[in-house]
Amino acid sequence: MTAPTKRIIRQQVLVLYLSTSALDSAVVGWSRYDGTGRANPTTGDSDEPPYETGVAALQDGWRLFQAAQLIPSYPGHEYDVSFLKHEFLFEKLVDLDE
Amino acid sequence: MTLPAHPEHRLTSVQMAHFVAHGFLTMTAVVPQPMNDEAIGVLSAGIPPVPYGTAVGEAFPAGSFPRGLVELPAVAGALHSLVGPAPTVDHHAVHIRQPGEGTAQPLHGDAIIDVRVDAFDVQLMYYPQDVTLQMGGTLIVPGSHLRRTNETDTGRYQNLRGQTRLVCPAGTVVLLHHGIWHGGRRNDTDTLRYMFKIRFNPTVPQVRLWNTDDLADPAVAEELRTQFPWYEPATGRLERYNRIRMWRALTGDESYDLDYWVTRVTNRPRPLTAATSDK
Repeated sequence: MTAPTKRIIRQQVLVLYLSTSALDSAVVGWSRYDGTGRANPTTGDSDEPPYETGVAALQDGWRLFQAAQLIPSYPGHEYDVSFLKHEFLFEKLVDLDE
Repeated sequence: MTLPAHPEHRLTSVQMAHFVAHGFLTMTAVVPQPMNDEAIGVLSAGIPPVPYGTAVGEAFPAGSFPRGLVELPAVAGALHSLVGPAPTVDHHAVHIRQPGEGTAQPLHGDAIIDVRVDAFDVQLMYYPQDVTLQMGGTLIVPGSHLRRTNETDTGRYQNLRGQTRLVCPAGTVVLLHHGIWHGGRRNDTDTLRYMFKIRFNPTVPQVRLWNTDDLADPAVAEELRTQFPWYEPATGRLERYNRIRMWRALTGDESYDLDYWVTRVTNRPRPLTAATSDK
């Protein structure tokens, strides 16, 4: 009898900024973080988004784990512009032995 | 000290509107090559710091490299148009991106959150070398300068549609609004990349400091309407609203509007009085 093999799982994170609060709307911004250490994404490293929409990321196996809340403007600041509003965080779990 | 006048090199209204929409202006290869050749040695040796708010003439003595840079006709004319005839030097710095460094700067706005509507600082960025994509030229996000965010709080944003990854010939100068989102990109070459930055503070109201002969040119409004691919469409409308407010401040024309964006939401009819109502 052999001992069970301990699998090593690491998380990859994809952040997509969409043009509306709808998950099937167009990607306007993106970021990646790689817990496997196999890649080192950084600021300004690509001009083309990895997916055209949030749903396209789902269809490629990314799992959505957080979506930005819809929060009303603070009174008196309705016309201010600030951070991107429609942020969606996805993950993939990667088996380092694969 | 005032900058050389060079009225023939002042920006046009269309160029100013471009700055209001984009948050920066690029002057490609505006610095002569002999100066670029001299620059690497000067920047490597370092340029002495000056107290915040020093007049240009005191900060950069006659004959010094930075003085020659800001007195180039095209540069002086653009600076006069944006920050007036006698700006002070907030600070300056030589930025060097090391060969093969592993990371880029996080996307950021300089200093701290700065929400002035009727005044703005300008940052001059000078590139003495040809900058290739792999050398990590500055990342600039067009139209981000009116966003109310603080310094590196935008660091989570790695890439935005329509971003500008600077690639330019030697001698290029970029003039940026203080609020613009930017960052030095990762240098993937074996060459040092140099950039010299000077932040200028205005000392006069920034009203009609440029060549206003073309103020009524329809191209002004077209510039102010510019939308960028990274904008959420709804927020893009608010960007127009805020540009209109900036244009009003720059022109001194509180009635200026673009497609009714400000007029519509500030319309507050007053109750009729006996004197004004029909009887």
